[in-house]
Amino acid sequence: MRERIVFAFDPFVIPFTLGMVFIILYLSVGGFKIIAKLSAEEKMKLLKHTFSFAIFKTFRDIIVDCLLHLKIFKRNIRLGYMHASIAFGWFMLIFIGHIEVMLYTPQRLGVLYYPVFFRYFVMKTHETLRGDFFFFLMDLFLLIVLSGVGIAIYKRFRSAIVGMKRTTKLRTGDKIALYSLWLIFPLRLFAESFTAGISGGSFLTITINRVFNTFATNESLIQPVWWAYSLTLGAFLFALPFSRYMHIPTEIFLIWMRNSGIRATSSRDGYAESEIYSCSSCGICIDACPMAVKSENSKFTSVYYLRLMRRRLPGSMNHADKCLMCGRCVEMCPVEIDSCKLKVLKREEEISEKRLRMAYLSEIHTNVNKSDVLYYAGCMTHLTPVIYNSLFKILQKSGTQFSFMDKDGSICCGRPLMLSGDTYSAKELIEKNRQTIINSGAKTLLLSCPICYKVFREEYDLPGIEVVHHTEYINRLLNEGKIAINKSGKSFVFHDPCDLGRGSGIFEQPREILMKAGELRFASEERGKSHCCGGSLGSLSLDKEERNGITKAALATLFENNPDELVTACPLCYKSFKNINGKPTADIAQIVAEQMV
Amino acid sequence: MNRFGYRLSPSSQIDLDVSDNSLFREILAGEPGISTCIACGSCVASCSAGVFDKISFRKALHLLEVGMDTEAVALLEGCMMCGKCTLVCPRGINTRHAIVLIKRKLNKG
Repeated sequence: MRERIVFAFDPFVIPFTLGMVFIILYLSVGGFKIIAKLSAEEKMKLLKHTFSFAIFKTFRDIIVDCLLHLKIFKRNIRLGYMHASIAFGWFMLIFIGHIEVMLYTPQRLGVLYYPVFFRYFVMKTHETLRGDFFFFLMDLFLLIVLSGVGIAIYKRFRSAIVGMKRTTKLRTGDKIALYSLWLIFPLRLFAESFTAGISGGSFLTITINRVFNTFATNESLIQPVWWAYSLTLGAFLFALPFSRYMHIPTEIFLIWMRNSGIRATSSRDGYAESEIYSCSSCGICIDACPMAVKSENSKFTSVYYLRLMRRRLPGSMNHADKCLMCGRCVEMCPVEIDSCKLKVLKREEEISEKRLRMAYLSEIHTNVNKSDVLYYAGCMTHLTPVIYNSLFKILQKSGTQFSFMDKDGSICCGRPLMLSGDTYSAKELIEKNRQTIINSGAKTLLLSCPICYKVFREEYDLPGIEVVHHTEYINRLLNEGKIAINKSGKSFVFHDPCDLGRGSGIFEQPREILMKAGELRFASEERGKSHCCGGSLGSLSLDKEERNGITKAALATLFENNPDELVTACPLCYKSFKNINGKPTADIAQIVAEQMV
Repeated sequence: MNRFGYRLSPSSQIDLDVSDNSLFREILAGEPGISTCIACGSCVASCSAGVFDKISFRKALHLLEVGMDTEAVALLEGCMMCGKCTLVCPRGINTRHAIVLIKRKLNKG
């Protein structure tokens, strides 16, 4: 291989080079700005992480998430292949391109455009196995990328092929970047094929070169195709910051920060900013969002919230208020953007320390009888006393001594306040409840509401006290033989409450109980993918009609296999389903209490 | 003369022509449901915080409507946002949203 162009320059490289310089400057400034926004403590974390062994995990995560896209593979194999082929293929083209330069024209190392247009600048001298080997690899990866681009183009018109019902609406910047991305690789193929006679090539480029040779002299076409290739690359690079493809560089940054233990502390700090820019607008969250069952409401899904935030457009508050905080989009997001957290932070900014006070708290003196198990019903279970009555029956049967913490009225657990953005008041409630629990001398705090359960586990400092949800506790009683149940002929389906399943990772215990109580049938969407019941306290502004629509959609997924009865483990889910469900709805405690021997 | 003690307490008559219910109208714009309140009192009866303090969404809404903002806010102070009032409302009013809007307004104003 030897250089064939004097000074290794041709004017066609200019569009690409300008684009590349622009994007390097843009990313450096952006990266610097994000780091500047971090607090001193966060900067220290980042620094510590970078110089520790954990950095290798970050490298691994970057390769797995940004290049191989294993998470998307798990979701849909075709969608995964589409992403991985383009990302990994393109990376390999760049990587092998640099190796070629290193091996054959080391004097040009560091020239920005040289590895990209390598085949234009070199000519074949004598055949070596080495050169053919690299050309073969280059052609192979180009083919892989082209296959990915093919799926991407097809997906634009029929997204169902990759398992997506809906995709996002594109903006102008997205369109320019998208269409240039589609063009880049076919043009690269043509450009390299047209010069394959001079530079050499492999199975793809040489073949196309021969085919073209039969009906056209390609010499005159060489310049125009290389120009077109360089122009589309330039267009892509210039459109990049104004398009969704900003996720490509930003995600690397995000993984680095996330692995350093940095989390968002305001809706627009350094971490939040990189989350906002890491959104690839793939639209997986549109199908995930329960609100989107009403198609006008798809505009409130996380992808559009992040887009509003990114462009600093008004209306993001509205979006933040609508969200149910069910966490389904976070669970499915391939970039793991915690959009629920960002929206809660947004709500928090609306509430200052100058808020409505809770003066009465200091006057409440709850006296709780001393016993090992302390039961806290919480606000929601007080609306559905059938749940605690059933639970008490079970506890009495098993001979468990317990006391009822909020028999005479609950001081709320604090989570509804936190979800509304008022963490100041929530902390007051948390502290008050914490004191009562610690003073009671209990060893186990038993809860029947997943909303409470999540906050007691995450926000309460209760040393030596085990926090359990009644599904865990009943399952334990059954396993220990303290209670026994008859297996009935009924079939059940279990609805995973958001805060119990996705929120706290409890999936197995309720299912184990139900398998002892009868036949357990599958729902079409369950466990981590469970659909919100529509009642969630997370949403501030969703109205009753919209909520009912979500409940109906959830029921449709639950009754896919036609079970006799719907069972859940959350008073709020129970309440949402009960009035709309045509079939019986029950809390898991009711089922056990009924079938107990 | 018998005055029947009517003048012992100050007049609580509200002149609707001059009362300023701009806060109410603002909340109404954000949560139109509040106009359908039938003052049944379910929200008050179910209120978690109501066990401990004088909290009344029903009354607060009424006071806001006639422009008595300070008195209205005093009746919402101590709300724990648990959302039971929304769940029991027979009119399906998103009471919790209305309270959030009032709180936010107070923070700004």
